[in-house]
Parts: sequence; structure tokens; C-alpha cells
Amino acid sequence: MDLLLIKEGLPLLTLLIFLPLAGALVLLFYHGESFARLWTLVVTSLTAVVSILLLTGFNSASPKYQFAEAYEWIPRFHINYIVGVDGISILLVILTTFIMPFCVLASWKYIKNRVTPFMFCLLIMETSMIGVFVALDFVLFYIFWEFMLIPMYLLIAIWGGPRKVYASIKFFLYTLAGSVLLLVAIIALYLKTGSFFIPSMMWQEYTLTFQVLVFLAFFLAFAIKVPMFPFHTWLPAAHVEAPTAGSVILASVLLKMGTYGLLRFCLPITPDATMLLATPILWLSIAGIIYGGFTALAQQDMKKLIAYSSVGHMGFVTLGIFVLNSRGVEGAILQMINHGVTTGALFLCVGMIYERTHSRELAMASGVGKYMPWFATFLAVFSLSSFGFPGTNSFIGEFLVLAGTFEKNTILALAAIPGAVLAAAYTLRMLQKVVWGGTANPDQSYLSDLSVREIVILAPFLFFVFWIGLGPQPFIDLIHTSVSQLLENLNNWQQQHQIAATVLWR
Amino acid sequence: MVILPELVLLIGALAFFVISLGKMPNPQVAKFTALSFGFATFLAACLSFHSQATLFYGVYAVDQYSQLFKILIGFSLAMLLVVGQNLKGIADRVRPEYYLFLMLSVLGLMMLVSSVELIAIFISLELSSFALYLLVPMRDDRTGIRVQMEAGIKYILFGVMATGFMLYGMSYLFGLTGTTYLKDIIAFLSKGNLQPAVVVAVLMTLGGFFYKLAVFPMHFWVPDIYQGASNETTGFIATIPKLGAVALLIRLLTVPTGHPQFLTELLAVVAVCSMFYGNLSALVQKDIKRMLGFSGIAHAGFITLGLLTMSSEGYGIAIYYIAGYVLMNLACFLVISNVSQEGENLLIEDLSGLYQRQPVLAFVLAVGLFGLAGIPPFVGFMGKFMILASALRADHLLVVCLAAINTAIAIYYYLCVVKAAYTAEPGSRPSVEVHPAIQAAGVILVLAIVMLGTLPAKFVDFASAVVQTLL
Repeated sequence: MDLLLIKEGLPLLTLLIFLPLAGALVLLFYHGESFARLWTLVVTSLTAVVSILLLTGFNSASPKYQFAEAYEWIPRFHINYIVGVDGISILLVILTTFIMPFCVLASWKYIKNRVTPFMFCLLIMETSMIGVFVALDFVLFYIFWEFMLIPMYLLIAIWGGPRKVYASIKFFLYTLAGSVLLLVAIIALYLKTGSFFIPSMMWQEYTLTFQVLVFLAFFLAFAIKVPMFPFHTWLPAAHVEAPTAGSVILASVLLKMGTYGLLRFCLPITPDATMLLATPILWLSIAGIIYGGFTALAQQDMKKLIAYSSVGHMGFVTLGIFVLNSRGVEGAILQMINHGVTTGALFLCVGMIYERTHSRELAMASGVGKYMPWFATFLAVFSLSSFGFPGTNSFIGEFLVLAGTFEKNTILALAAIPGAVLAAAYTLRMLQKVVWGGTANPDQSYLSDLSVREIVILAPFLFFVFWIGLGPQPFIDLIHTSVSQLLENLNNWQQQHQIAATVLWR
Repeated sequence: MVILPELVLLIGALAFFVISLGKMPNPQVAKFTALSFGFATFLAACLSFHSQATLFYGVYAVDQYSQLFKILIGFSLAMLLVVGQNLKGIADRVRPEYYLFLMLSVLGLMMLVSSVELIAIFISLELSSFALYLLVPMRDDRTGIRVQMEAGIKYILFGVMATGFMLYGMSYLFGLTGTTYLKDIIAFLSKGNLQPAVVVAVLMTLGGFFYKLAVFPMHFWVPDIYQGASNETTGFIATIPKLGAVALLIRLLTVPTGHPQFLTELLAVVAVCSMFYGNLSALVQKDIKRMLGFSGIAHAGFITLGLLTMSSEGYGIAIYYIAGYVLMNLACFLVISNVSQEGENLLIEDLSGLYQRQPVLAFVLAVGLFGLAGIPPFVGFMGKFMILASALRADHLLVVCLAAINTAIAIYYYLCVVKAAYTAEPGSRPSVEVHPAIQAAGVILVLAIVMLGTLPAKFVDFASAVVQTLL
């Protein structure tokens, strides 16, 4: 267990996981609606505050898993309760804990019926999301990974839009179907290594066939979650029908679990298979970028537009991961955070319009800039950020990914460029319609500008857009050591194992 | 007092016999007598937990293994009597008889888990089955088309046929070995003497037990009987007899040298067929009891998968799985028997808006169904996970993959019920009133499902250790 830096004293990660759960249990006994809102806000904010301790105590020079805790759970199967964070997961944990209070705020007025159950779902959702990112035992990971489906399903199915039933069932079935073979792969790995401890499964000598099978099982589960083209069809449906908070959680955190899984499991556990299959996955990412861009260009529904843009943005992330060099991977992790911030904010913006006009149609929302100047400002900045305008956060991420791709293969990088142009096209089209519109704008004079609560919700996102955009170094420092350790291991592995992979795809 | 639980049940049955002699029996008296005997049985099973004895010339073994099952049976009986205490589908005047046969049936099962000799097995199995056959047609005739009679006749005809197969197989076993004691028969089997007569004998005997567990191809009675019997009766058929069947199968299959090849292959095929048949058929059901029947076939396949690993660990997990399955099914039938207004069958759409009509029941139902679907952190997931792990350890990769795919198929029909309960509007359906005791039972079941699911280590270790003593 020399990979773990055991945390003495306060079990911080356990606290982070179970604080929201404890909060949710309280809601079982106190049903008052205003109490539920306030209580959930308090619990999620408290979790966010506690998570700051992670940042202050994190040693970014060490590639080990920090704040680790290990307890025996089911000795017969060597299943333990092991949690820990490293550079790859820490930002995602922080992202999760910080997004949640804003989700609560965004649902303050939006959710009118069944408020207490809604808040209950949000809280257990937070528990399972944090759990996924910090679990270092595969069974623990899988439990959080699967359990998350229940609250997310309920969020969409109960508080969703008109086609909520279809969207929620599709979401549940798609994700569950993807992850059943993941379970088989986990058990197979356990039988090879005799432990469910994730780091002990990494960099082991498995046969190539075994690796490829395990990789495919992993890939199916994670690619559906990302979602990578062509497994993305559940995403627009789920995004469009989910309530604002649900969309934000989906876009900001849930999608990251897929790419986190690819990075955490596929690369170190099945390195040979990763190198063997990287090329087709890279081209799938390109396909996702282009496809997402073109489809987003044609959307009339704002949520659908952003959902398809997510397919494109996540394509950049998988592109960055599978070019397998330090720029690409760091860019990918940064892009995960950026996408969480920017797309989360965009969904919040759409939610705010929807609360006023009760429509997500671009045509119905056109020309609101005149009556909602604050809103227009926020929307403009987030839109610029979304297509990677220099000075905003996405620029850094996409730039690093593209630089990494150029390092790997020029043709590949050139193929990704149209995606960036498309992103500008569809985002500016949306921005133009919403802010200015045309000559036939509907009468928007009844609209009121953002309230203080809404400005409070959006302002932190704005702050992070510019912070990561102008001074990304602290964030890169956090992730750098773990990423370079991962890639160093991968390079060593590659040198020791001359495999047929490189020959096969040339 | 090594057979205390059996005695309590017997006294209970006699008490109901006396009550049934009265002119117009009072349903309240019947209900409270039943409840007290249910809890007394559970208590007696707990008290006699550490008893050890071999009775009646070695045909009746009271050991850790049987006592474990007796506790499970006692607990399930107590829960079942609480959740189905209103007996909406049974006419007042036959209620004492209903409880009489219910007690006798459970008595048969209690005896079954202790029987270690073919004649004793046969007698206890038939005691349990015949009492059960009678429970089915006792449903009151509200539809006028007498579905319960049809179900009863089907149940008894199929059941007698399965028993015939089993007896035939047993006669072969006796003919081959000259003994009726399981111990000696198992010793004979483990010599690996595989003449065709042995194969036929084992297959036919297993067939009888498969009928109880409702494993493919002995499953065909399930949907009609589940649908035709009253909700409470179906709740019984779906839970406690399965415990007995699993107990017996494990007793029969604990061959110390491992199964012969043909038996492993047979169990694998049977398991996969059960899962696919059960899950695919359940997808299109509208009647919720019928759906649970098909899902029961699929779960029986999963249990068979646990048995096929032929290790004490695999058997321990199978016991864990069936215990969890019984809990989850009890949770579902708690909801079904209480949402049903006058004991009629429920369609899935009848559960629409249950969230608004009775939030506690909706929650219990959701936990039960997500558990059956194998979503963590409920007991269904842990059982599924451990069965897959032990089957993969025994190198059945293909079977494990097929089983995993089945869990993905199964989620759809469970989800449809949750969808109805939580997202559909209730429309004109009335709200549901339930007794606080039933709500408390629901909460206990939910807690048990979650606790057993998150902390399975103790139970599985204990069950495996107990099975180890049988080897």
C-alpha cells in the first residue's frame, strides 16, 4: 500500500462522501419545503467548504493517492473500503462539491412540487458522484457508479419536461446496459490479481487478448457515459427533459465520469490494448467533434444545442486522453473542468430564460438582450468561453489538446480544427438570436432581468471562466505530477513491451 | 426442544382446526392467532438455533444448516403474516382453514430443511405441497370465471407430475445404492460411477426440486398460478417454498468431490435458459404478479448459477441470494396486497401515482424492485455480484457474460413499475390506507434489504461455514 498516503486524524474523504447522505437522511424526517431548500443549501455549501481542505492539504508534488483511508469491508472477496484522491481526481471532486450549491440555488423557484424529494435526490446524487471520483476499490467504485442511476433517473423522470418518461428510461437503460460487462471485467481482473484495489491492477502483465476484452468492456461503459459518438443518443434526450439542476449535474459531473474512467482505468490497467486501439478511438473523437458541431448548428431548442455541443466538447477530451502525451492529457483534464464550468453555466442560463418564457425554443427567446442586459452579458461570456475564445478557460484546454494532437499526428489535428470553427458558428448563432434576434422578435418587454439570487449563481462561474482562462498554472500544477507519472509509466511500459500495436494500424 | 419451531407450527395448525370448527369464525380472532403463531415460530426458531440432534433413526437432522433455514423461514412467515394480515382475497368463513393449511405448508418446509433421507424428504415435501395446492383455490370468486380454480387444478396436476418424476428418480437411486439416506447416496455419487441409470436418477430427482424452485424447464406452472392465486397466497408461493427448495438442492448437491461434468453443464444450461426465458417473458407482462412470477424464474436461474460452482462458498452465496430474494419479494408483495382494494389482481398501471396515494408503500416498492433489478447498494446487487464472481472463478466466462446481459434486460420491466409508481398521475385511483404495523414492516424490510446489501460479509461467511459442515 505504498501508493497511498494514509490520512491521519479527520477522515476527510469519508466525511465528504457521507455528509450529503446524512443530510438526505434528515430530510426523510423533516418534510417542510422551505426547510428542505435551506437545509440542502447548507449541507451542500458545507460540503463545498470542507472540500477546500482537500486543496490546502494536497501535496501536488506527490503522485500518490492522498487523503487515503482503508478499511476492511468484505474480507472473503478482498473488498475493502479504500478512498483517496490524486491529481486526476482532485479537481473533479472540487468541481462536484462546488457545482452542487448552485444546483440547489437554481432549483429554488424552478422546482415547485415535491421539493423535499427533489432535494433528497440531489443530496444522494452528490454522495454517489463524490464516491465515484474518490473510490480506489473497484467494487466501491461500481456501487457508486450504478447507484447514481437511481437519483438521476428520478430527477429526470419526476421533474422533467414533457417527454421525461422516454428520456429517463433511455438514460437508465443505456447506462446500465453499458456497465453490466464492466462488472464482468472487474471480476475478471480480480481473479487475475486477487484484489479489488484499483492501483494493484495497474501495470500488470495480462495477455493481449485479455487486455483487449477488458478494454472493450471498460470502453463500452465509459464511452456511453462520456458520451462518445456513436453512443451519444441518450444525451440530448436526457438533457432536454431534465430540470435545470439535472442538466447541470449531467453536463458538469456525470459526463466527466466517463472520461475519468477512461483515464483512470483504461490507460494504466490495459496499456497494450490502449495503444492498440487508440487510433480508432481518436478518429471516433474527431467524428464526435464534427458530428456534434454540425448537429448543434441545426438545433432550434437551446438545451438540445448545448447538449450536442457537449458531444463535441467531450470529443476534445477523449482526443486529448488518447493522444497519450502530457499536453494532451493535461489539456483533457483541464477541458473536463472547463466543460463543467462553462456548460453548467450555459444550462443555468437556459434555465433562467425558461423560467421566464416557459420555452427553450430559440425563436421564442430571441431578442431578450434589450430587456435583460445582465443576462445577455453573462450569456455572451459563457458562449465565448464555450467555443474557446482566447482569454477564457476553454481556450487553454482546447489549445493544450490540439497542441498534444499536433505532437502526435498532424492529419488528426487538422481534422479536429473544423470542430473549433463549428463551435464558434453554432454558439455565435445562438448568441446572436438570443441577444439581438431579428425583425420578428416576439414581445419580450414583460421580461425582468436577473435577480440577485441568479447573479449570485452565475458570478462564480464567470470568475472561474476568467481565472482558468488567464492564470491556469495553479490548476495545471495540481494535475501535472499525477499525469506525468501516468505517462512515464506508460512510456516505460511501451519500451519494455514491443507489441504489434504500432505495426497493426499503420 | 430441538424441534420447537415445528411443534409451534403444529400447535398453530391444530388451533386453527379448532377455530374452524366454530359456526361463524371471527376473522379478527383468526388474524391475531395467526400473527401470534407467526412470531412464536420465529422466536422458537431463534431459540432452537444452536440445537444439534439427529432424530428418528437418522432421517431428521437438526443441525446448524437446518436451523439457519428455519430462522429464515420463521422470519419470512412472520413478515408474510404481517404484510398480508388483511387477507383481502379470502372469504371470511374460510380464513381459519386458510391459516390451517398455511401453517401445515410451512411445517412441511421446516421439516424439509431437516430431512436427510429420501422418504422423509418426500413426506415433508408433499405435506408442504398439498397444503399449498389447497391454498390456491381458496380465493373468493369475484370475477365469476373461476381463475383460481383453474390455477389450483394446474398447480396440483403439474405438481403431482413433478412429484412422480421425483419419486421415479428416487426409486432408481434406491435401486442403485440400496439405501435411502442422502449421506450414502452422495457417497455413491462421488465415486464418479456414471452409468446412464445414475444420470437418469439424478436428473429426475432434481426435476422435482426444480419444480419447487421454478427453474426452466420446470417453470411452466408459475405465471398462471401466480396470477390465479390471491395476492397473499402468491406472496407465500413466491418466497418461503423457495427457501426450502434451495435448502434441499444444496443438501443434495454437496458432493465432496465436486459434481460430475454433466451435472455442471446441466446446471449451467438450466440457469441460462431460466434467466433468458424469465426476463424476456417478463418484459411484456401487464399483470404485476405475473411479471414477478417470470422474474422469479430468472432469479431461480441466478441461484442455480450459484449452485453450479460446487464450493461451500458458492452455496453460501446461494443462501445469501435466496434470503435477499425473499426479502425483496416480501417488500413487493407487501405493496401489492395492500394497494389492491379488495384483493383483486393489480395491473402495473394500477400502481400509477402510488407516490401520491401512499408514499411509504411507493418507497418500499421502489427499494424492492431496484433490489430485484440488482442495483447497488441493495442486497440484490451484492448477491448478483458474488454469484458472478464465484461463477467466473469456476471458469464459466460465457455463462457469466450471459447472466450479466440478463441483468440489463431485466432492468426494463422493473423500471416500468417504478415509473408507474413515481411519475404517472394517479388519475381517479383512490389513496391507499395502510395500517401502521404494515408500514413498519415495510421499513424493516427496506432496512434489511439495505443492511444485508451493504454488509454482507458476516452472513455469507456464516452460511459458507455452515455449508462446509455438510461436506
